[in-house]
Amino acid sequence: MSQILKLREFWLAVLIAALVFATDMRAPGFASPGRLSGIVEDSSILMILALGQMVVILTRSIDLSMASNLALSGMIVALINKAAPGIPVPALMLIATTCGLLLGALNGLFIWRLGIPAIVVTLGSLTIYRGVIFLIAGGQWVNADAFSASFVAYTRIEFLGLSLLVWYAVAIVIAFVILMSRTSLGRSFYAVGVNPTAAVYAGIDVGRTTFYAFCLSGLLSGFCGYLWVSRYVIGSVEVARGYELTVVAACVIGGISISGGVGTVAGAVLGALFLGVINGALPVINISPFWQMAISGAAIILAVVLNGRGAKRGQRLILKNAEATA
Amino acid sequence: MSIHSTETRRIPDRLGTPLKGAIFSWPSLLLVVGAVLFIVNSLASPYFLSPWSLSDATFNFTEKVLIALAMALLIIAGEIDLSVASIIALASTMMGLALQYGAGTGELVLIGVVTGLVCGAFNGFLVTGLGLPSIVVTIGTMSFFRGISYIVLGDQAFKGYPASFAYFGQGYVFWVFSFEFVLFLVCSLIYYVLLHRTNFGRQIFAIGNNDVAARFSGIRVERVKFILFLLTGLMSGIASVLLTSRLDSTRPSIAAGWELEAVTMVVLGGVSILGGSGTIQGVVIAALIMGLVTFGLGLLNVPGIVMSIVIGALLIFVIALPILFRKFRNRRR
Repeated sequence: MSQILKLREFWLAVLIAALVFATDMRAPGFASPGRLSGIVEDSSILMILALGQMVVILTRSIDLSMASNLALSGMIVALINKAAPGIPVPALMLIATTCGLLLGALNGLFIWRLGIPAIVVTLGSLTIYRGVIFLIAGGQWVNADAFSASFVAYTRIEFLGLSLLVWYAVAIVIAFVILMSRTSLGRSFYAVGVNPTAAVYAGIDVGRTTFYAFCLSGLLSGFCGYLWVSRYVIGSVEVARGYELTVVAACVIGGISISGGVGTVAGAVLGALFLGVINGALPVINISPFWQMAISGAAIILAVVLNGRGAKRGQRLILKNAEATA
Repeated sequence: MSIHSTETRRIPDRLGTPLKGAIFSWPSLLLVVGAVLFIVNSLASPYFLSPWSLSDATFNFTEKVLIALAMALLIIAGEIDLSVASIIALASTMMGLALQYGAGTGELVLIGVVTGLVCGAFNGFLVTGLGLPSIVVTIGTMSFFRGISYIVLGDQAFKGYPASFAYFGQGYVFWVFSFEFVLFLVCSLIYYVLLHRTNFGRQIFAIGNNDVAARFSGIRVERVKFILFLLTGLMSGIASVLLTSRLDSTRPSIAAGWELEAVTMVVLGGVSILGGSGTIQGVVIAALIMGLVTFGLGLLNVPGIVMSIVIGALLIFVIALPILFRKFRNRRR
């Protein structure tokens, strides 16, 4: 029990529950199953993306191109669907995922093979990928009436009271729990992040592991590309613009350390859920949606401050002692 | 940020001759790229080579480069500030608010600059006072600062700045030299002296290379970093004054995405994103190159988003090339 109390994921879950409860006091009906499943549905895509970003951050990197990757993969399947409505949706999902995987692998290759810092590579690909959307779509939007019925339906079909979108997220979360705790690849993500040198001695190829992390984040971005376009029924250059930082925010709130090696699947999921609850709660309690940005910003700052308090040890402490004796 | 370079830093047996060093240095490489772009541009469009259109071209980058100058120092010291564009938005919003209460041009400028300083101090406190990683802190303050602008403005805009306020973004000091351009020259000079000719500048390099060693050699690492965050806030405040004056209005989405452009400028300018090395000359030339590319492509009616592909590709390409070259050379050896 005392173990559970020490877990930050536990406290984050408590905080989310408290938020839901408090909102329900102000606006009765907020905590009803229908509303809550709506919020989970709204945060599903963020959850999936946060898992991809988590793996990258674990290896001490960062992927700023996720949102652009998502938008590009989404635009590709949107255009295919517009041109050939007959192609079955699962095939389109596969195409989006493959496209995302390739874009992620491209990032990963530059980082692995050339040793360019991840932040620089993904900063570049962030603008490049989004520019390519403009080129392939010729500056046009793909509007709601251009999509086939099944394209739109594959995130909306309800199963056991929840839409397929949520079930995709659930499946990916389960896959990640297994990946991160039961496979050597999952463990090597942690090993690389905690101590790259030790990882090398343990026989882990640091560069290759980082490459896999970027493949994974790309793959999930691509899949989310289909989900996003299908859910919001629009394909445009502006899709998910600026969302890369929301994804990082979800990770940070979920307690994933930006210096690598620390973070859990539960943390990423709860971080995304936290942002989802806030976004869902604001309009209900009559706060202008324009507050959303400042609140998530404040939440990030608060989360980092709290994380920092828990992690003050090591090098810094040694130096403080040295300063005291000097 | 990734720290994967297992390669140890190699110390050469013999230092290169200064002339050879100068010719093959990053800034001179950039200068060649810039010259090529200049020639290509003047061949591609007949409208390029006129003093007035060149003067117009400078507006594309002067505000951004002001931020990039301070950002370069910050990145050399091993930190980063992603909240700069949001500071611009917040400072602009504060100026707009002050305008509603009848502030004159002098007060507007003061408020813009002070808002920048306060935001910088806030970032600096979180990073140096609480010892938090700057990349996450400033991602947070990035949403937070701009979020405040959205709370104040919503989907509205502040307009109707006084006529004398327009000078900062639209005025000319003499002939084709705009106030912005002259300010850019002056600031570049100041930052050059600060980074390359003062004790403080050497301390920044020392911190970026090894902040533990810097601390043991008596450098007050936290204080230096705090000052750098202040400087970045200050420059963002100044940029906000210029931009607000040029646009003559304030919207919460003002300067969206500029943080990444400023970082691109700095990295393109040869500043190592891992800290510890870089020059102001490089950053200034990189800014000129980005300005040339944007303006030249603009004259050819290339849409802005396609230009961003070029800038993004330039960023990766320019960094990848020397690495590829080095790899190739090592393999042959």
